[in-house]
Amino acid sequence: MKALKCRECGREYPLGATHVCEFDFGPLEVVYDYDQIKESLTRAALVSRPQTMWRYRELLPVAGEPTVGQKVGFTPLIKADRLAEALGIREAWVKNDAVNYPTLSFKDRVVSVALSRAKELGFTTVACASTGNLANSVAANAASAGLHAYVFIPADLEQGKIVNSLVYGSHVVGIKGHYDEVNRLCAEIAGKYGWAFVNVNMRPYYAEGSKSMGFEIAEQLGWRLPQHTVVPMASGSLLTKIQKAYQEFTKLGLVAATKHHVHGAQAAGCNPISAAQKAGLDFFKPVKPHTIAKSLAIGTPADGFYALKVMRETGGSAEDVTDDEIREAIKLLAETEGIFAETAGGVTVGVAKKLIASGKIPAKDSVVLCITGNGLKTLDAVNGHVGHPREIRPSLREFESLLASETNSLVTA
Amino acid sequence: MAAKVRIPTPLRKLTNNEELVEVSAATIGDAISELQNRFPGIKERLIDDTGAIRRFVNVYVNEEDIRFLQNQQTKLKDGDEISIIPAIAGG
Repeated sequence: MKALKCRECGREYPLGATHVCEFDFGPLEVVYDYDQIKESLTRAALVSRPQTMWRYRELLPVAGEPTVGQKVGFTPLIKADRLAEALGIREAWVKNDAVNYPTLSFKDRVVSVALSRAKELGFTTVACASTGNLANSVAANAASAGLHAYVFIPADLEQGKIVNSLVYGSHVVGIKGHYDEVNRLCAEIAGKYGWAFVNVNMRPYYAEGSKSMGFEIAEQLGWRLPQHTVVPMASGSLLTKIQKAYQEFTKLGLVAATKHHVHGAQAAGCNPISAAQKAGLDFFKPVKPHTIAKSLAIGTPADGFYALKVMRETGGSAEDVTDDEIREAIKLLAETEGIFAETAGGVTVGVAKKLIASGKIPAKDSVVLCITGNGLKTLDAVNGHVGHPREIRPSLREFESLLASETNSLVTA
Repeated sequence: MAAKVRIPTPLRKLTNNEELVEVSAATIGDAISELQNRFPGIKERLIDDTGAIRRFVNVYVNEEDIRFLQNQQTKLKDGDEISIIPAIAGG
């Protein structure tokens, strides 16, 4: 790490807890010394390191060794042949952050970086504004690091995500409003209290953690970039950081510079970025979210502008899917690959299906789907849509008549 | 109309560290002009070369984003609260 730099005007700042340019409010980003990194970060060095996201430590913004979330990352990249067949594409891979450690979403990546950096900067209280997954991760990782945590969430979140924040003993504040309102309040709180807000004043460090998902995809594919990557978009940050990961690996000579397309996925009930992309605009219009994909329900996406730029520059597309399509896609992924994703995963799979059907992802190509969270956290979204168990008494006779009726219905169906 | 403007941390160097500034303006655009008269330099931090609010600046009147209202033409009334907030990442 050398400095923080404004993405808009290029002004540089010291490596403290600050996230926007004082001049134009542009987001600040960490600057690295790639010539120096190139010396130590080789394929040979990487494969000898532990299988966590911290194997890419030189490209993550902490000064010393990580102190929070040392075991995060290096989740499975699954070759998804049955899903590929169902989607009608030659080859599909699933990057499965539904089993990320410890809180079953990709947010553990960003939080381990943000909290490690917060400790380096001397903070003892951490906080976040969250649609759920980030709250879970901040609460859990803060507990194990002995930090105080305040998490702010929309009050109407899924029960699973609320309990998953409360259990770690953090202060959970439910805000009567949607995420953009939670965010606005948190910006005001962050200005007033000396806390490390992971997605406000710690954002330059936090956001860089997302790159590790891209690094892992490239390494696990055998040191190459995927032809197509489909990424869910809330603020648009993950999509821009996955592209940054691909660019950094290319710059460091770890992968060849091959043509690759980064596609963005949103819910139809909250689609400011995909609507802009489809209309050919380079700016978005904020929306008021209304979707079961609550983890993606950000109507004013902070990185929407840059996400649109990445899609434009890589020849990627965006698409959005309805609540019913999200549920169908969750079931499709579960039935073909045995992976139960949360609603955001349904958005990713549903959008991939649409992009393949429309030819925007050609059937002869290969695609990586980024699954960012676990279905056990959003049971409410699918409960009642996946059928019910059939009940019988503990009697062989009853079981056999049940089996016969199911076989009959299969024959007649 | 007398409205209160909540000044975000990055701009407080310009307002002598004042967090809450009272303005008497009919619209958001007028309020920004008044801020500029009292705290020279603040306008170029909020407005870009084309006259639009900067891409990474969000302005709210009583908790509503002005892009859902009439942008800089949004009318103000007595007691309104204006917040100026940088865009935030998250999820």
